[in-house]
Amino acid sequence: MKVLMEGKGELHGWMHPDEARRWMAENKTRALVDKRVTMEEAVSRFTRDGDYFAMGGFGHIRFSMVAIFEMIRQRRRNLIMAGKTSVHDVDVLIAGDVVDRIDCAYSFGHELRGLSPAGRRAAESGKVRVVAELSNAAFQWRFKAAAMGLPWFPARVMMGTDTFNYSSSKIVEDPWTGQPITLLPACYPDFSFIHVHRCDKYGNCQIDGITIEDVDLARASKRLIITTEKIVEPEAITEHPDRTVIPHFIVDAVVETPYGSHPGNMPGLYYSDEEHMAEWLRLTRSEEGVQEYMDKYVYGAANHEEYLELVGGTEKMEYLRKLEYLEVPLDAPWSRRTR
Amino acid sequence: MVKEDSVMEYNPTELMACVASRALEDRKSVFVGTGLPIIATMLAQRLHAPDLLIVFEAGGIGPKLPTIPISVGDSRTFHKACMAASMDYAMGMAQQGLVDYGFLGAAQIDRYGNLNTTVIGDYENPKVRLPGSGGANDLGSLCTQTITLMRHDKRRFVEKLDFLTTPGYLSGPGAREQAGLPAGTGPYRVITQLAVMGFDPESKKMSLVSVHPGVSVEDVEMNTSFKLVIDGDVPETKPPITEELRLLREEIDPSGIVLGR
Repeated sequence: MKVLMEGKGELHGWMHPDEARRWMAENKTRALVDKRVTMEEAVSRFTRDGDYFAMGGFGHIRFSMVAIFEMIRQRRRNLIMAGKTSVHDVDVLIAGDVVDRIDCAYSFGHELRGLSPAGRRAAESGKVRVVAELSNAAFQWRFKAAAMGLPWFPARVMMGTDTFNYSSSKIVEDPWTGQPITLLPACYPDFSFIHVHRCDKYGNCQIDGITIEDVDLARASKRLIITTEKIVEPEAITEHPDRTVIPHFIVDAVVETPYGSHPGNMPGLYYSDEEHMAEWLRLTRSEEGVQEYMDKYVYGAANHEEYLELVGGTEKMEYLRKLEYLEVPLDAPWSRRTR
Repeated sequence: MVKEDSVMEYNPTELMACVASRALEDRKSVFVGTGLPIIATMLAQRLHAPDLLIVFEAGGIGPKLPTIPISVGDSRTFHKACMAASMDYAMGMAQQGLVDYGFLGAAQIDRYGNLNTTVIGDYENPKVRLPGSGGANDLGSLCTQTITLMRHDKRRFVEKLDFLTTPGYLSGPGAREQAGLPAGTGPYRVITQLAVMGFDPESKKMSLVSVHPGVSVEDVEMNTSFKLVIDGDVPETKPPITEELRLLREEIDPSGIVLGR
């Protein structure tokens, strides 16, 4: 196959498929083992400084905020993050000095809320470096390649653009059509966190609603830590095997953390906390504000239970449940800021 | 604020939402991005396009949007939907040719409808670091037609992009196909606070379709760094009707989060 063009972005997360097979064969237990651990233990055992990692969900939707806070508390450093629609997750991790490089499809933005002050400041000052550009579909299909044990996956995206020129992909002449096609390199994160609605103690998981990239990301990850709203009996899983989207034999650890996605949206349980998001966006306009946030909500709380009390406790959680069910109108304090 | 005939007053963002909504045909499918595109799509779904199939990149397919989602992946994006799927599924649909329109926004656009959402200034040393492609490159590559919603001024309508994030017609006729992108795809409309633009079928250069009420052709030219294709008299964009404004203000965005009232 003739290589027509090569992106100049740095390639991270790739492995030879035989090396990947060996990793999976030797490190993933097929047995039904109780994998419940604390958040502290999951982070200390499965995450290392300098690792390449990914966060499940969608940046502020069904993501593992509890894991992000713990990585900051344990002072993880120099991580490369898969910016696969990274929103609040990457912003807090940059502000918390955990992430210094990003493989970037979408970062430094907060969707409808605007741009992220902390992330942008870090990118523009050089404190955080983008190692490569790519598109959202490209990331999804890099995980798919890994999930299938392939070295790459073909797609008709990024061609003709600077997004390709700064990516870690290649364009080749497709032997069937004779036309150019992009080959996306497989991506095997050193570790990933995925937050789910429920799972059993072995790690068989159910997700309510969209799965985003998580089915493939789970299979691609060298280490996979599940944080879950609830741990259920194994029978609750095996009665509905069609609902299992992540099976136990690719899961390394399970942490039960109700409201583990706050201030993000957990579909069917709670909507995003826009009051808290507005406070984050306001405070992080300055480094002093970042410190104030960290002191108050991250270092000021020993664990997620204490954090939940700080952000409004049971009353706030009940409000967010009502908001999720459209029983109260959305108030978005950030939309009233002067632009 | 603009006063127009017997209709209510409206702001430029409301006008953009109405014009964008009218560009969407019923019984077609649309891939929607954050913000104003969602507002326009919700309006179309409530007025002339009840069978518009809405697709969100995170996997929400065929929802009846109850209120503005904050994220293209939040729970609103699969409210009363026909399917709660995945990014793999949604992007695969577009690659298969099942998505008619893609709705985009941008910080910069050039005459061929190429878009920049990555950096302003030098890539290695950016003046402003923007989020990057997200799903934009995918929509611009794979949807049959794209509609771009953005502010219109000389810094945004540029001769040369600081970074080409998302493909329009690239360097002109035939360039998309030559690069390997799906045949017969490309930009369809660009909607701003001043005018509606399209693309000349021969040269693929941006052309002026209509100017909004109170805006002259010269106003548009003065706010565009490249030369627009202008063929004969340019008609005026139809202003919002009362029902459109009522839906926008009372049902779709009552707190003015996007429309800013």
